[in-house]
Amino acid sequence: MKAERYLVRQFELAGWPVRVTTYRIGPTWHAKADNVSPGALIATASADTLEQAEETVIDKARTRLAATRRIP
Amino acid sequence: MSEYAHPEVLVSTDWVAQHGGDSGVRVVEVDVNTSSYDEGHVPGAVGWAWDNQLCDTVRRDIVPREAFEELMAESGIGNDTTVVLYGDNNNWFAAWAFWQMKIYGHSDVRLMNGGRAKWLAEGRELSMDAARPGAASYVAAAPDNSLRAFLPEVSSAVESGSVELVDVRSPAEFSGEILSPPGLPETCQRGGHIPGASNIPWGKACADDGTFKSAAELRQLYSAAGITGTKPVIAYCRIGERSSHSWFVLHYLLGLEGVTNYDGSWTEWGNLVGAPVERGA
Repeated sequence: MKAERYLVRQFELAGWPVRVTTYRIGPTWHAKADNVSPGALIATASADTLEQAEETVIDKARTRLAATRRIP
Repeated sequence: MSEYAHPEVLVSTDWVAQHGGDSGVRVVEVDVNTSSYDEGHVPGAVGWAWDNQLCDTVRRDIVPREAFEELMAESGIGNDTTVVLYGDNNNWFAAWAFWQMKIYGHSDVRLMNGGRAKWLAEGRELSMDAARPGAASYVAAAPDNSLRAFLPEVSSAVESGSVELVDVRSPAEFSGEILSPPGLPETCQRGGHIPGASNIPWGKACADDGTFKSAAELRQLYSAAGITGTKPVIAYCRIGERSSHSWFVLHYLLGLEGVTNYDGSWTEWGNLVGAPVERGA
């Protein structure tokens, strides 16, 4: 078994840069989101389809990033 | 890799594909996300959980010596085994495991350059089966705390200025703009950094594919911030895993002596009553 369709994308969520990595292993799609700087993992999701995995991980990441305070 | 000070501590994904199953070699995955191993891992690799197998789960400390010996033995690792560590997040916790294995005196431990992401991106073979190695016998050395910085040493470094402090967190954590990496819970009372520290984020040591930059690039990165090896270095981050990655770079790839990892890091210093803190870039 191998990881297939390994893809890394970077965009902005809730005012923060986020990097989403997706791939399929066997029948399962996996999605991971990290915060780019410093690169900490903030959300994961696994699903039967790429769309489901991506949607779930983006929802989780958005919620967690939105809770981050900037200290004046 | 031959340009590094200690190239023997780094292996490529190719090397692991060819030799990971050799007698006397044990591959171990250590992830931030402890469920990643179950998605699929390097065939034959054992999985370690950083949050309960590589720390004391009661007091804040590295794994106790007896528990370390048990972990090695049940992982099929003897004192002479070549251990190859890899993991997600460019080997953050693989480097944390490497650091602890050196503290307990394991002689032949290596990192797989590029970590789990590179293995996956290259479409290499994965196994879903948890490895079940035969038990081995292991005797750990007394902990070598010369690889580790504790609070009194950090306080002394701040007062004397005789030690270089390297903060490997992101610029926003260093400046105090945020109290933890975006999206993670806040784990300290104050933002900022230890007075006198230089900010050299861990990720600057890595290329886009997660492998380490060349020795020349790394030397340039650190020397630009005055880290040249003329003084001892204390690396720190938030909880000590990112700084173990930078500790690995400074000591094993660049050959600096006197490099320690302050695993108390910002979750200790940033919560201390009365400790001096600097804010801003």
